[in-house]
Amino acid sequence: MRLHKIRGAALGAFAVVAAAGLGASSALALSQADFKVGAPISAEEIAPWDIDISTSDGVGLPPGKGSVADGAKIFAEQCVSCHGDKAAGGSMYGSMVGGIGSFTTDKRKLTPGSMYPYAPILFDYIRRAMPMTAPQSLTNEQVYALTAYIYNLNGLVPDDAVLDAKSLTAIKMPNRDGFIVDDRPDTNAKRCMENCPPIKE
Amino acid sequence: MDHRKSSRRGREGLSAETPDAPGSHGRRNFLKGGLVFAGAAAGTSLSAHAAKLAVPASNQEMGREMELKAYGVPSKYEAHVTRNRTDVLVNKQKWSDWSMTPLQHQIGIITPNGLVYERHHAGVPDIDPANHMLVVHGMVKQPMKFTMDDIMRLPSESKFHFMECSGNGLTDWKAPKSKTVQQTHGLLSCAQWTGVPLSWLIDRAGLADGAKWLLLEGADGAAHARSIPIDKAMNDTMIVYGMNGEMLRPENGYPLRAFIPGWEGNVSVKWLRRIKVSDKPWHLRSETARYTDPMPEGKWRQFSMVMECKSVITSPSGGMALKHGPGAYEIQGFAWSGNGTIKHVDITTDGGKTWQEARLEDPVLDRCLTRFRFLWNWDGGPAKIASRAVDSTGYVQPTVADIEKRRALTGFVQHHNGIFPWSIAPSGEVANAIA
Repeated sequence: MRLHKIRGAALGAFAVVAAAGLGASSALALSQADFKVGAPISAEEIAPWDIDISTSDGVGLPPGKGSVADGAKIFAEQCVSCHGDKAAGGSMYGSMVGGIGSFTTDKRKLTPGSMYPYAPILFDYIRRAMPMTAPQSLTNEQVYALTAYIYNLNGLVPDDAVLDAKSLTAIKMPNRDGFIVDDRPDTNAKRCMENCPPIKE
Repeated sequence: MDHRKSSRRGREGLSAETPDAPGSHGRRNFLKGGLVFAGAAAGTSLSAHAAKLAVPASNQEMGREMELKAYGVPSKYEAHVTRNRTDVLVNKQKWSDWSMTPLQHQIGIITPNGLVYERHHAGVPDIDPANHMLVVHGMVKQPMKFTMDDIMRLPSESKFHFMECSGNGLTDWKAPKSKTVQQTHGLLSCAQWTGVPLSWLIDRAGLADGAKWLLLEGADGAAHARSIPIDKAMNDTMIVYGMNGEMLRPENGYPLRAFIPGWEGNVSVKWLRRIKVSDKPWHLRSETARYTDPMPEGKWRQFSMVMECKSVITSPSGGMALKHGPGAYEIQGFAWSGNGTIKHVDITTDGGKTWQEARLEDPVLDRCLTRFRFLWNWDGGPAKIASRAVDSTGYVQPTVADIEKRRALTGFVQHHNGIFPWSIAPSGEVANAIA
């Protein structure tokens, strides 16, 4: 089989693959775009998968609401076995309460209250991943209620709070301004070959 | 151990060895053991009492019959080479957990598929490719869905790249908690990845004006998701179905995953089902409360996704022993950088006071594991060995002390690319010497 490249004045570059006795087939230079794979899909079709929340502005939070009191009941039924009473830590996971103010100590305690810069992060995470044995099984109202309960345990909303898309997004999180952008490379090590400082003893 | 019995005929002259001693496992080390044995024999006159070689039983019988169809597995004498769940930081459950590659047994730059490290957030789903679909939507001109047939119909490309978890080494920053290099560095693997550029699928949908980030989301029980800057997504991010010449293993994302060269493993979302385009990042739990770096003054560094230049000696490494006494040994290991190719690897055997350049073994590929080798004459005294890599940007692998000048090493700290020393005792025993 021989490959000939022929430049045509009108058509531009194209390739002809010729095989003796088999005639010839030709093709314009093809690219991946010519495969035209995939099919259009509507927002309505995607909706059951469209679960993410843009947590900084709450876009994607669904209608509905949930109270601290309802969240406490759901937590006792579906969450307590792994996360412990009042989310203080259980058989599988550590505490989800406290830690606010701990980041300037050498014992940083990471909880939804201390760590999340935006309150809707908790809604997004519960809805996509909890409970671990049956993810995506909770109703939006249940997720709002659990979110209210966990933030109440962290002292961020009052006992009688009822959270919806607007009120959840409005919670001012303590770690809102706690993040910096990636500033690496940050170490500036030198390639010393002789008389170097020893690796830390 | 069973695998030791491989030496019952040919290596009876060698003393019993600890399970992880260099020279006790793997073909290369088997050869090295044989050379030492031959060298010892050549150095003295051959004994007049030497017994004649026994003809191996395998020469005198038919081997195992061939199977009609089978997926081959390693020799039963290699049963000790396994991917192990983390056993230094022990999780109380087995679903949001990780397993580590036995780097001390990895002979070449490619990690066999059955040994590639795992990090799952809700266990391993079992997905039928006939029913799997990838959706691209959000800030695009036309939302699109792709079947596996669609994606596999496209021209494909294959690339060799390492993958490393951002948490690799998190147990061993300032004190030796781990024993072996599998425990200290085993959240690292390297494979040939096959698939299509993500940009080809995005182009089918067409980016809308103002698109700056996209979300990758998995079809697992955690619906694990990460925000990726659009430039990286359109530049070299791949959507892959192949790994080392076969379809992905279920634990590595079958049938479809993202692969983002040089970046921390968790952004290469497995079991990929959905891509959503936006003008801003999502700031999900997986990119705020997790996979962020503690910094001074109570701050956290976010979206620190490149895995910077790093290296480690895999032989001799923790848990091994230099059993042949003073003399010649080959120091070997891996170097890699998420920012390019490896340019140099230097070796110290005196705890960092002096360094000498190691030999890099071809191929030296972009954002891929690179093998280094260095011949060392051990004098039998205590020694502290370590490697230091330099990449094509000129970046020099730092010490932990260098890193600590800039970051807060408190809690579960990610992105440990510090120089990692092993100590060698006069007995030949090799131990973790991070301090």
